[in-house]
Amino acid sequence: MSAQTRESSRVRTTIEVVLLAIAVAVMLFPAAWMLLTSLKDLQDVYAGSVVFSPTLENYRDVFVSRSAAGGASDLVRNFANSVIVTASATVLATVIGVPAAWAFSRFPLKGKKDQLFFILSTRFMPPVVVVIPLFVMYRTLHLYDTRIGLVLLYTAFNLPFTIWMMKGFIDEVPAEYEDAAMVDGYSRLQAFHKVALPLLLPGILATAVFSLIFTWNEFTFAVFLTGATSRTVPPAIAGLLGGQSTPWGLVAAAAMVFAVPVLAFGWFVRTHLVAGMTFGAVRR
Amino acid sequence: MAGIRIEGLHKRFDDGTVAVHNLDLDIADGELFVLLGPSGCGKTTTLRCIAGLEHQTRGDIFIGDELVNGRRAGDRDIAMVFQFYALYPHLTARDNIAFPLRAQRVDPAEVRRRVDKAAAMLKITSLLDRKPSRLSGGEQQRIALARALVRNPKVFLMDEPLTNLDAELRIDMRTEIKHLQAELGTTMVYVTHDQVEAMSLGHRIGIMSQGRLEQVGPPLEVYRHPATLFAAGFIGTPPMNLFPVSVDGATLVGPAGLRLPLPDGVVGGDLVAGVRAEWLGVDRHGPPGAPAGAKGTVVAREALGDETIFVVDVGGHSLSVRESPSAPQREGDTVSVSYVASEPPRVYDATTGRAVGDLVSAGAR
Repeated sequence: MSAQTRESSRVRTTIEVVLLAIAVAVMLFPAAWMLLTSLKDLQDVYAGSVVFSPTLENYRDVFVSRSAAGGASDLVRNFANSVIVTASATVLATVIGVPAAWAFSRFPLKGKKDQLFFILSTRFMPPVVVVIPLFVMYRTLHLYDTRIGLVLLYTAFNLPFTIWMMKGFIDEVPAEYEDAAMVDGYSRLQAFHKVALPLLLPGILATAVFSLIFTWNEFTFAVFLTGATSRTVPPAIAGLLGGQSTPWGLVAAAAMVFAVPVLAFGWFVRTHLVAGMTFGAVRR
Repeated sequence: MAGIRIEGLHKRFDDGTVAVHNLDLDIADGELFVLLGPSGCGKTTTLRCIAGLEHQTRGDIFIGDELVNGRRAGDRDIAMVFQFYALYPHLTARDNIAFPLRAQRVDPAEVRRRVDKAAAMLKITSLLDRKPSRLSGGEQQRIALARALVRNPKVFLMDEPLTNLDAELRIDMRTEIKHLQAELGTTMVYVTHDQVEAMSLGHRIGIMSQGRLEQVGPPLEVYRHPATLFAAGFIGTPPMNLFPVSVDGATLVGPAGLRLPLPDGVVGGDLVAGVRAEWLGVDRHGPPGAPAGAKGTVVAREALGDETIFVVDVGGHSLSVRESPSAPQREGDTVSVSYVASEPPRVYDATTGRAVGDLVSAGAR
């Protein structure tokens, strides 16, 4: 390699690094800003100071009530709600959606395309459009401000996505595997369980991650359909804003804590997630 | 071990397509039976009905003396090899072969013994610890075969098992399958669209078209005496020459006055002659008393080494003629094409497509 080309490749590498650094800075700025804010006391937040003495006060406030009585804060209840609702809705949508997708993929069903379109069409409507009638229905059925109400709703909302995404994955797994297992002595369901399920695991995990993220972050329904009892974290954090003064440090700390579970889950399933994303990209 | 009897098998899918029309078939115990036909002819559907992976609309299937109509695939004591092998990708070769035995809860020591035996038989012992993704197509096919024979089924069902292999490997595996079947003596139903495979493997061949069995018979019988125009056009490379003929006294007359001997029992009407390429000759005479040839032009000459195929334009019809490799004629030469075989040609009714004359019964079922 001549000195000139070496020089030009070094220049190119430098440019790449600079551009990537800018991209990273832009992407991470909000998160970094949140992290810094969560470590400041209110004076520092309003002063916008870059140099400050960090405090974990805000994080304590996320979990412990500031009132004289002490005890757990309201946010703890909100977090518990979020975890229970998200876990239940994700598990339910997956447990119902995967077999449904399998049936759509493997069996001749009457009006299959229409059914699939109908299932998808339930997602066409923006949440704000249906939230008022839902509110009325939920009040009548005593589902308003209950975790069960939210779980039912989120399951219904995650199902179309789960069915469509899983059908794509299942279509990629040749039916011959299950045929072979049935000839080998298993029933149809056993064949699904013994042969198809292990092959579908990356796809199922990838789908579940999406359901989980959607449910965890969902705001519109939660803010309208919950009161004090079963409120999840997103509307709860929003509820901290306004009033006399906004506790920005607490908002930032709550948001940071809120981000951790999904990040952690994403980290644990990352290999499956990538496998799920690239599923079917290679011809068998 | 057992034979297979199929009576009035009819399969209509939910979308209305009829894949199999009232099919009757008797496959003897220990027979290697080949179902041959183009794609979409219903051969795979028939096989899947025998396997129990598809349920027939009507008709009965017996394996041995047992009626298996409502029985699920796993309870029919059959083994199947699929076109794409269908090896379970998450299991090693050993676990793949052991899979059907484990499904039947066979004792682990016995599983090990039988897997090793099957692996030795197919010479794949060194591959047993690999996953299918680390095996070549031929090796995968061997694992699939081992998985089929490890359970000593009553019947083997093969669904185009060699289609995805390259040509050389296909011939090797063909020999091996034939050998295995002969050694085990297990009834085998083998589905293929490759007529060479069918001819070389089958004790008997069943030719299917549009859900119907056109003809059933031993390979040579099917080759020499195709029962229908479809069978005539499907079997053989090159396929049988088919051209319109009329009866003139004691002979048949084809394009450009090409004369063929008249088979017994053929009277007249709208007829089509079926003539194999080797039944015709270029610039030579048939046995004494054979009818005279017709003038034609050589359109193409395919020197295949062991033989030469001429395509000759005779009165607007392209006829394939099989000659010795030393035949001197070239493209563009004007030649005389004559019928040189000692037996008469096949003759078909142009409307029904079925063979006519006294030889019909020889090839038909």
